[in-house]
Amino acid sequence: MLTILFDGVAYGMLLFVLASGLSVTLGLMNFINLAHGAFAMVGGYVTALMMERLGAPFLVTLPVAFLVPAVLGVVLERTLYRRLYGASPLDQVLFTIGLVLMAMPIADFLLGDEARQVNLPAWLSGSLNLGGVGISRYRLFIVVVCGVIAAALQLFLVRTRFGAQLRAAVDDARVANGLGIDVDRIFAVAFAVGSGLAGLGGALAADVVGGIDPSFPVKFLVTFLIVVTIGGSNGILGALFGALLLGVLDVAGKYYVPSIGAFIIYAVMVVTLILRPQGLFARRDSR
Amino acid sequence: MIAATSETARRIEAHLSRRARWRLSEIAFWLAALAAIVAFPSRAALINEILVAGLFALSLDLILGLAGIVSLGQAAFLGVGAYAAAILASKDYADPTLGLAVGALVAALLGFVTAPLLLRGADLTRLMVTLGVSLLLGELANRNSWLTGGADGLNFSIAPVLGLFPIGFTGQRNAALYSFAVLFVLFAVARRLRQSPFGLALAAIRENRLRAGALGIDTSWRIVAIYTVSAAYAGAAGALLAQTTQIVSLDLFDFHRSADVMLMLIIGGAGYLYGGIIGAAVFIVLRDVISAATPEYWEFWIGLLLVVLVIVGRERFQDLVRRAASVVVPRPARGDAA
Repeated sequence: MLTILFDGVAYGMLLFVLASGLSVTLGLMNFINLAHGAFAMVGGYVTALMMERLGAPFLVTLPVAFLVPAVLGVVLERTLYRRLYGASPLDQVLFTIGLVLMAMPIADFLLGDEARQVNLPAWLSGSLNLGGVGISRYRLFIVVVCGVIAAALQLFLVRTRFGAQLRAAVDDARVANGLGIDVDRIFAVAFAVGSGLAGLGGALAADVVGGIDPSFPVKFLVTFLIVVTIGGSNGILGALFGALLLGVLDVAGKYYVPSIGAFIIYAVMVVTLILRPQGLFARRDSR
Repeated sequence: MIAATSETARRIEAHLSRRARWRLSEIAFWLAALAAIVAFPSRAALINEILVAGLFALSLDLILGLAGIVSLGQAAFLGVGAYAAAILASKDYADPTLGLAVGALVAALLGFVTAPLLLRGADLTRLMVTLGVSLLLGELANRNSWLTGGADGLNFSIAPVLGLFPIGFTGQRNAALYSFAVLFVLFAVARRLRQSPFGLALAAIRENRLRAGALGIDTSWRIVAIYTVSAAYAGAAGALLAQTTQIVSLDLFDFHRSADVMLMLIIGGAGYLYGGIIGAAVFIVLRDVISAATPEYWEFWIGLLLVVLVIVGRERFQDLVRRAASVVVPRPARGDAA
């Protein structure tokens, strides 16, 4: 029972890191970025390939798995995404679906279509026994890392000057610009952080989801979107609660009533959106 | 008519009836499509695929083009219509017209039930709700394999259309002609619908729902109505797909079905009904050509096309298509679905 709860929390935390980048771009910047999973895939590949080809230790690869998608994110943001900030949701959807459709064949072309595994180091495999409850070490590691990321991100957005500037830029770009905030730069940095977090999530998730393959961006796209929609646009905490809720429900559902499978999370999403169209933890005046 | 006594009313009426008339170019469009089926019997399967996809795209145009409602869940109705027709056929009710009607009806019912979900929230909420419903149904179909055959699909055979024309592997040209007939009839209905007062009210809702409401249009009811009609069309497309290919599989509910149909409609241009059919033809021929050259990577080129389309500007691109197409089909009404 406790093991299931813990697995659910760990899975939820993982979902959170995967989706937290999206809650920055979609939740905060109001950009419907369906290509989010592509950045996660890049991060996963970076970790898998560095370990496989260079023999790099797992922990060393993680910052790189953050940096590479972040740089890629900035490049794409500067060249393409920024043209669509004010565009209609339909245009944003079409554009990012186009990016996903391009990313998958590129990955297939460069790396082949078999899944790349991330082999965990010895100190992360196996499980611990804490007071009679069996806990996988890697899941514990995920909970700790993701908890740190969640806290850091929340502080970053709420307490720092940059976070305040970002929120101002999102609320009204023109006024923010008039106040001397470099909106362009702020958006570029926020987008980079969002993409980097996606990459980190992809790297951490690789082991849990059975490796990274070219179909990754589509396979988990829906899950990311569900997390962010359930969480609402209220920054990071909404996404965190949304992810934990989904993680626990999904793992518990698959354990206790395996016959209904993925049904639960879709049902949760639809019911949530019926009851609270703006998400569970939305601002009252969210736009 | 009393209204015709006033000069303005007379001019409006003349304008509306001119709009309602079938133009020569439109008749030529349909004759050309018919001629293509007769002229290329070896490509009948491909043409049939285009016709069915065209009907599916038309169903999306009804809500996106006419009422301005974005949806990523049109596959739900395609899948439900296909499975309804297939299950019916597997229970020995093999008449295709019956299956078509049942497929459309079941999908319409589902559309009617889920339409209220669209009335709340912004575009993003609608995208998510429609996507969620289609995934839910896909999961349901997957889990209830006693009814749907699960991942194995269903085994069924279809009786000849109207008891005369066998369709399926042996009669692919008949299948294409059957799809053509269904598409044409449903298109004519949609065309009439677009020009009716109901269609004009939808255009008002698309442009500005708040103002349309202030004019006394019951916007909620009309959105529910057009969504139900659109679902019926998608269900009919699903039934046609199941009957003419004699395959149903769980991937009917997949996200990529909803995404593809949106691409088709966007390529052809939304709002003037021919866009979906033209887009389906372009999309499927393009896919056929590209995947013949690079079978694994054709998605890349479709993706590139989409990105370029959005960056260059959909309107500009659609103008190009329309100008090219206006030789064949009439110039669409102004105002594009955003």
